[in-house]
Amino acid sequence: MSSYRFDSPIPPLLYEISRPGRRGVLLPESDVPDTPLPDNLVRSDADELRLPEVSEQDVVRHFTKLSHANMSIDTNFYPLGSCTMKYNPKINEAVASHPGFASQHPLGREEDTQGALAVMYRLQHMLAEISGFSAVSLQPAAGAQGELTGILMIRAYHESRGDTKRTKILVPDSAHGTNPATVTMAGYQTVEIPSNNRGTVDLDALRAACGDDVAGLMITNPNTAGLFEEDIVAIVDAVHGCGGLVYGDGANFNAILGIVRPGDLGVDVMHFNLHKTFSTPHGGGGPGAGPVGAAPVLAPFLPGPIVTRGGTDDGDYRFTMPENTIGRLKSFHGNFGMLLRAYAYIMMHGADGLRAISDNAVLNANYLRVLTERAFPVKFKRTCMHEFISVGSVYDGVSTMDVAKRLLDYGFHAPTVYFPLIVKDALMIEPTESENRETLETFADALQAVADEAQNNPDLLHDAPHTTPLRRLDEVSAVRNLVLRYQR
Amino acid sequence: MTFRDDVKYQESHEWALKDDNLVIVGISDYAQDSLGDVVYVELPDVGDVKKKGDSFGVVESVKAASDVYMPVSGEIIEINADLDDNPSNVNDSPFDSGWLIKIKPSDPSELDSLMSAQEYKTYTEGLEE
Repeated sequence: MSSYRFDSPIPPLLYEISRPGRRGVLLPESDVPDTPLPDNLVRSDADELRLPEVSEQDVVRHFTKLSHANMSIDTNFYPLGSCTMKYNPKINEAVASHPGFASQHPLGREEDTQGALAVMYRLQHMLAEISGFSAVSLQPAAGAQGELTGILMIRAYHESRGDTKRTKILVPDSAHGTNPATVTMAGYQTVEIPSNNRGTVDLDALRAACGDDVAGLMITNPNTAGLFEEDIVAIVDAVHGCGGLVYGDGANFNAILGIVRPGDLGVDVMHFNLHKTFSTPHGGGGPGAGPVGAAPVLAPFLPGPIVTRGGTDDGDYRFTMPENTIGRLKSFHGNFGMLLRAYAYIMMHGADGLRAISDNAVLNANYLRVLTERAFPVKFKRTCMHEFISVGSVYDGVSTMDVAKRLLDYGFHAPTVYFPLIVKDALMIEPTESENRETLETFADALQAVADEAQNNPDLLHDAPHTTPLRRLDEVSAVRNLVLRYQR
Repeated sequence: MTFRDDVKYQESHEWALKDDNLVIVGISDYAQDSLGDVVYVELPDVGDVKKKGDSFGVVESVKAASDVYMPVSGEIIEINADLDDNPSNVNDSPFDSGWLIKIKPSDPSELDSLMSAQEYKTYTEGLEE
């Protein structure tokens, strides 16, 4: 007697359909004598793995059904602010799965892997050129690790000069939460810098916080409100003036490709989110990649190995540790598959194409901002960069979360909600450049429809979503009673 | 929205209540309402000594994780360990069972610099604009 339903959009767990002895793969009979493991390495019955036993067809149906229940950039508009959910071109996948790359072993000898090293070398140089830095390391595995890399480099720089009195890093209150977390991980203390009423860094407050105990500043430009920090040169000068260095958070780099280079603004070190700006898969779609670029003052501290050319400009490619490196951040050579995809993306666009990406990302955001501001007011009423922030709680008894959930019924992924923290009840909307005009207009219509419902039939929002495979999830219980693994 | 008027408030939304020679600290009704459902509360160790303005813990909701700050300097005498199992007390009863810590103040006059209920109410109205 089966207890699970075949008509449910959510398949049963593989553990639930497991049956003893069922197999997807049959291994041939062993033709060598058994060599038993030492007793101390053999699992007892009590800690037996109990992996699910299922057929290949069971597995295929399970994951295909799960994928049908999912919202993804391949199926829906995904205006998740701050995440740059742009289309991931399929040619990236073709390049990354080329057997010449896919079959390489990370321990292969340099002389046997020159093609892979050439791609890394060129990607390092392309990222340096795009951002105005002198050197790039491809090691970090994602954005947060890139941040940690940058702050550890700043720390190593100060320590190399015997300057140990610096204990603080300045972080604007609009920053991603990873910034203060990075500061703590690197052994520093965060000093929060307030924003002004225009949504950008309060320059006077920043200047007042600068002193000989400041190791540096972490700044995201454009910031999380989608606004360009117009005082960036004065901000950088203030931090440099007190002996600190400037970390640029590259999370929003998609807004400024080919327009302004952080290195030219005086930023000393920055990470790139290849999984945002350079179209590699995001979140559950694949690992991230967070290369770090550095100005000459910090380049010797980059994590390694990085790829250089032996002797001359046309010498063999080889792995090299920078002179004062902070060491390895990751085993082998970063998330190499992501590096290939980003390389393909940059090569497909060229310099003019990269500029067009940012032009269109900014144009799309501003078009959508104007289209939607009647339904939900925009917090900072000025031209934005790649994203903008609306206030989701303007209708009585309807929360930002209700609005976000109702949008799912219209076939749109929800925007980011309740972030950045400087805006109460924020709806953070980032369309990216890869959406066409019709999609933006349809989304704006949906937001207007939700605004109308909020006034005429608010329960429709309170109970949303109505049409998704699962209704509204109880996030509070999920967090208060964490269940992190299958429990029988 | 309750602005209990026998406690003092600071701008980072903690309240402080003088209780004999101790000061009881929690977060305001306004703060818990803005945070939404609290899912986790991180508190200091008893015996820690902190200055006014220092962070003494974190209140985490489904929306955000917020540091909480000392309204007066002093030693942590007691923490509300019950919040480990019942973080929702911060939402349901911010001024009573949702209290966070008890401080033995090193300078009780620091309480005088905090806001009254009326001043704090005016302050929060300014934040809504």
